[in-house]
Amino acid sequence: MEKEVVLPGELLGERKGRKLGQGVYLENDKIFSKILGMPRISDVEVIVLPLTGKYIPRFGDRVVGTIKEVEISGWLVDINSPYVAFLPLSEGVEEFVDTQRSDLSRYFDVGDTIFCKISRVTKQKVTQVSMRDMIARKLYGGVVIKVTPTKIPRIIGKAGSMINMIKQQTKCEIFTGQNGFIWIRGENKTKAIEAILMIERESHTSGLTERIEKMLGGK
Amino acid sequence: MKETSYAFDLLQKGKRADDREFEDFRKLELQTGIINTAEGSARVKLGDTEIIAGVKMNVGTPFPDTPNEGILIVNAEFTPLASPDFESGPPSEDAVECARVVDRGIRESHCIEMEKLAIDPEKVWAVFVDIHIINHGGNLIDAAAIAAVAALHNAQIPKYDGEKITRGEYQAKLPVVHKPVTVTVCKLGEKLFVDPTLEEEQIVDSKLSIAFREDDYICALQKQSAGSINFEEIKKFIEVAEKKSKDLRKKIWE
Amino acid sequence: MGGKKSDIELLKGGKRTDKRKPEDLREIKMEANVVPNADGSARVQFGNTIALAAVYGPRALFPRFMQEADTGILRTRYNMAPFSVVDRKAPGTDRRSTEISKVTRLALSPSVLLDDFPKATVDVYMEVIQADGSTRVTALNAASIALASAGIPMRGLVAACSCGKIEDTLIVDLNGLEDNFGNADMAVAMLPDKDEISLLQMDGLLTKEEFFKLLNMAKEKCLQIVEQQKSVLKKLYKVDKEMTE
Repeated sequence: MEKEVVLPGELLGERKGRKLGQGVYLENDKIFSKILGMPRISDVEVIVLPLTGKYIPRFGDRVVGTIKEVEISGWLVDINSPYVAFLPLSEGVEEFVDTQRSDLSRYFDVGDTIFCKISRVTKQKVTQVSMRDMIARKLYGGVVIKVTPTKIPRIIGKAGSMINMIKQQTKCEIFTGQNGFIWIRGENKTKAIEAILMIERESHTSGLTERIEKMLGGK
Repeated sequence: MKETSYAFDLLQKGKRADDREFEDFRKLELQTGIINTAEGSARVKLGDTEIIAGVKMNVGTPFPDTPNEGILIVNAEFTPLASPDFESGPPSEDAVECARVVDRGIRESHCIEMEKLAIDPEKVWAVFVDIHIINHGGNLIDAAAIAAVAALHNAQIPKYDGEKITRGEYQAKLPVVHKPVTVTVCKLGEKLFVDPTLEEEQIVDSKLSIAFREDDYICALQKQSAGSINFEEIKKFIEVAEKKSKDLRKKIWE
Repeated sequence: MGGKKSDIELLKGGKRTDKRKPEDLREIKMEANVVPNADGSARVQFGNTIALAAVYGPRALFPRFMQEADTGILRTRYNMAPFSVVDRKAPGTDRRSTEISKVTRLALSPSVLLDDFPKATVDVYMEVIQADGSTRVTALNAASIALASAGIPMRGLVAACSCGKIEDTLIVDLNGLEDNFGNADMAVAMLPDKDEISLLQMDGLLTKEEFFKLLNMAKEKCLQIVEQQKSVLKKLYKVDKEMTE
């Protein structure tokens, strides 16, 4: 960690025509942090990356969700957020479905787990998810664990390096949602979960990759 | 969802998320005399569960049916600070149940010598035990019972001249003579375990709280789950609870 | 509160009942993340006064009619434990705690930025577990740390301090006796980074001059208190740094 954390209200500098990224606000042409986080300050943009906080849906995010309710024309999906997402029938199933005759629980029932994409978020956070995505799918069996959403990038690692290592070492199937839900299936899931929770706890430390490698190897 | 719960998955395999044995309690920390405005107090930490119990004493009129005895009132507050599932407002069913189960453990064990709390024919001491949940990490009843009894053992009777209580000055220790301990035993599938975490608590099939006195008398029982318990099983529940109550009593008082 | 007659001498040779000078704060202890279930939490102790605060949210708000379409809302609850005072307090909400719940919400509102959480709520729960005066400001100091540690967007931290008067002497950080038997007491909260006051309550008798003097004293103390809040929050992520060796 080369930079100190910043706190809400902390002055990050004059605006000087720079873009305001996430986690900052402008007051009297000065830029302040609005959250507890790590600053990223450049000549172009000022950002503060959050260290804690809830998942707020963003367009394009890939998330793990669980079906909360089956409606006439779609499903309500829990995406570990203050906002429940809607999966419309047309975004959930490829084939033609006669909603007059069939109950949508045939496709996804309450309690089912899915990996899906955030396909729309309105200003008021009305959120829609879609299964029309290469990697989207229904997830059978397995367990879902919950981690702090802000730690997901660390769990995935650079270009997926960390999560791929865990997958290879434990032979588990893992789907990592940017919302903090992670789905895991496989014989060694206890090991995989231990590794993920260790990354969550120690996400700010260096040499973490080596320690995880050692921990997974040392079975 | 029960099936996707990690705790469920582990328990099925005979394991627990924090690597405990099925009959292990989480780490117990107990401090007494932590609230200087109370006549007696205790803080219990049981894993992530944290509870503070405070004893306050007032002079009151005896209940007509027990004219020569003091009064005991146990109250529990599940403050919304302690869990996202607790709400402000009047006590929830769970809070009332917790208070009553703890109350029975104390009252039925004759833990306090109530007849010594009579002052004169019109006046007796009223003992208030207030249980305040600070963090709900499962198994509130066991932790609350420990906190309440420990706070009573820590309590002193304030000075009283027949008219006025002098707070902060004491005449004697509260006469507390027994050491009841409550143990809640849970069952999932065929397996019995104790001291459930919040996650484990949410998936148990059945749950039974049992209070034991140090001379092995059972002083309270309470089934707390929607699921039933078989006749044969009860014995196992009791066995586990008795064994664990002895372990706990050792931890608390030795 | 103030103005009751007492035979206790609140000031003796310039010293207060707890040996403090008029302008001294009591010993202050702060700790963040003390309630693991909460999204953010804190424990703050001013002398013998101890308050806990826990933040939950942003989370979905029901019933629906309470939702605001374009912003999240802030809800607060201030409560005292029955054993927190010398004479047991009946549990639950009373008129006093209802009022304090409201004023503490108004004290935090100028800071929190909830535009990004339409229809949701951020709930702040404050519990006083041991009371010796200045409970609302102690609770507010805890609430401010709890909000920041929960990752809630804020314009800045909120710091709070009580102040008052014994006979002609102005004092800060009232203890229980001073609260009960002093001649005036005042609760102040501010955003020290912004120089804004977000809570101001007073009862008792003060001249204008005394009032401004007191306000300045409170401000000076808030500046001191906010530094401690900041260091507690920064420490949360410093521990990790040390682990790297």
